[in-house]
Amino acid sequence: MTKPTRFPLSMRLFHWGMAALMLAMLTAGLLMVKSLEPWQLNVLNLHKAFGLLALLLVSLRLVNRLRQQLPALPDSLPAIQKAIARASHYLLYGLMFAMPLSGYAMQYFAGRPVEVFGWFRLPAALEVNIGLYSLFREMHGILALALVALIMLHIAGALHHHVIRKDKVLKSML
Amino acid sequence: MMQPNTLMLPALLTLLLSAGSAAAKTPPKVSAQQFVDLQQGNSLFAGFRRAHAKGLCVSGEFRSNGELAPYSSASLFKAGVTPFVGRLSIAGNNPTAPDLKAPVRSLALSFSLSRTEQWRLAMNTPPVMAVADPHTFYQQIQAIQAGPEAIQQFFAAHPESSEFRTWAAQYKPSGSFAGETYHSINAFYLINSDGQQQAVRWALMPTVTADTMAFDGDNALQQEISARIAEGPVVFNWVFTLADASDDENNATKAWPASRRQVNAGQIVLTGTAAQLESNCHGINFDPLVLPSGIKATADPILRARSAAYAESYRRRAKEQFQGALEESSHD
Repeated sequence: MTKPTRFPLSMRLFHWGMAALMLAMLTAGLLMVKSLEPWQLNVLNLHKAFGLLALLLVSLRLVNRLRQQLPALPDSLPAIQKAIARASHYLLYGLMFAMPLSGYAMQYFAGRPVEVFGWFRLPAALEVNIGLYSLFREMHGILALALVALIMLHIAGALHHHVIRKDKVLKSML
Repeated sequence: MMQPNTLMLPALLTLLLSAGSAAAKTPPKVSAQQFVDLQQGNSLFAGFRRAHAKGLCVSGEFRSNGELAPYSSASLFKAGVTPFVGRLSIAGNNPTAPDLKAPVRSLALSFSLSRTEQWRLAMNTPPVMAVADPHTFYQQIQAIQAGPEAIQQFFAAHPESSEFRTWAAQYKPSGSFAGETYHSINAFYLINSDGQQQAVRWALMPTVTADTMAFDGDNALQQEISARIAEGPVVFNWVFTLADASDDENNATKAWPASRRQVNAGQIVLTGTAAQLESNCHGINFDPLVLPSGIKATADPILRARSAAYAESYRRRAKEQFQGALEESSHD
């Protein structure tokens, strides 16, 4: 059985849909912690609600990925680069889970129920725990920067394959 | 070498002054971090709130008479009793500042209604703000820190501060936290079960007067209220003022006419006090934008700026406390 040369449509949709969502979430997050403008509250509430959506999407995405045949990396790629590629994808998945989970945890321990598009609210602790709030608040910030760095590496890797190695790795996700 | 610098000084000053007067029109935008930096000042009190650092925890209950229930679906406005954790405080960044020197006194409340419904309230003695947006407020704090002359100049350049100044001129601090009136300052919307929206402000109105101060020293107000509550509950009436269609709910510098309809929703009853570091109010961020169903934020730019500024202050002190706790446990 030969491996496919392109990612299945479901995986491409998850990839680009979540790419757009993550870009929007990271941008919103970095702006809203600084801004005193009237839109801040709206963006803050949307950021939290979309965080739940991101957690649902990445869960479905992981289940979907485990059921799919993935295109193989080019045989010509050195083993070390293959290992780095694999590790970076594990890390990306890890961060895609850790971001919404740490975000929700900081809200939970600060005693702030998350309102999801005015439909329902996620529960929060009845009594605030400032120490655990701080742990998850700092984690959320550090992981966000780690995710930005990893996305840059991911993009650089894709461009390296396309422009320098001139292989089909980038095209397999288009 | 000195000569050119000395000559340039007047030119620089002129430039700075003209920049200053231009800023009075459209103030430069400041970030939440700059704002909290300014509040925190040059002396850092690690682990404490950056604003209203000195305070004590109170506990008590809201006895709702049900009068506000037609206006808001928030569960605590049904007739009944809802407990709260609160905090009485004075303005400033210093957790050991003398109580009687602070120009502003505050009462904050936290209603933990359920796992999905929380309400935090942060109320102050002035009924209005001197300015209408956070960037001008930043300049006001700069002027306050610069001294009496600077604040007079600031007020002169900001006619929107007139109602605040009128209030400040006649305001006589009470001899007790129990004798003050605490205002929401910003307006909010009440939403009832039919989805109808009503802009409101509220105030906690005292039921006692305290013209003379029985205590002195840096902790006079804290000692007074602790002694008073030890003898019996301290009661405020929670009075809501309902805006008319002609009132601007988005301008915190303008009070609404006294003729507006008022609804007394019930009584806020303080029944206990505790030192802030020994009780549960210290961990709470009294961000007034943590709202239950049935209450919504208006577009008031001052109100809208509070979440980000409170969050930055909370993040800093939480981190200091967390790191301190880590250090302590590593010494064990």
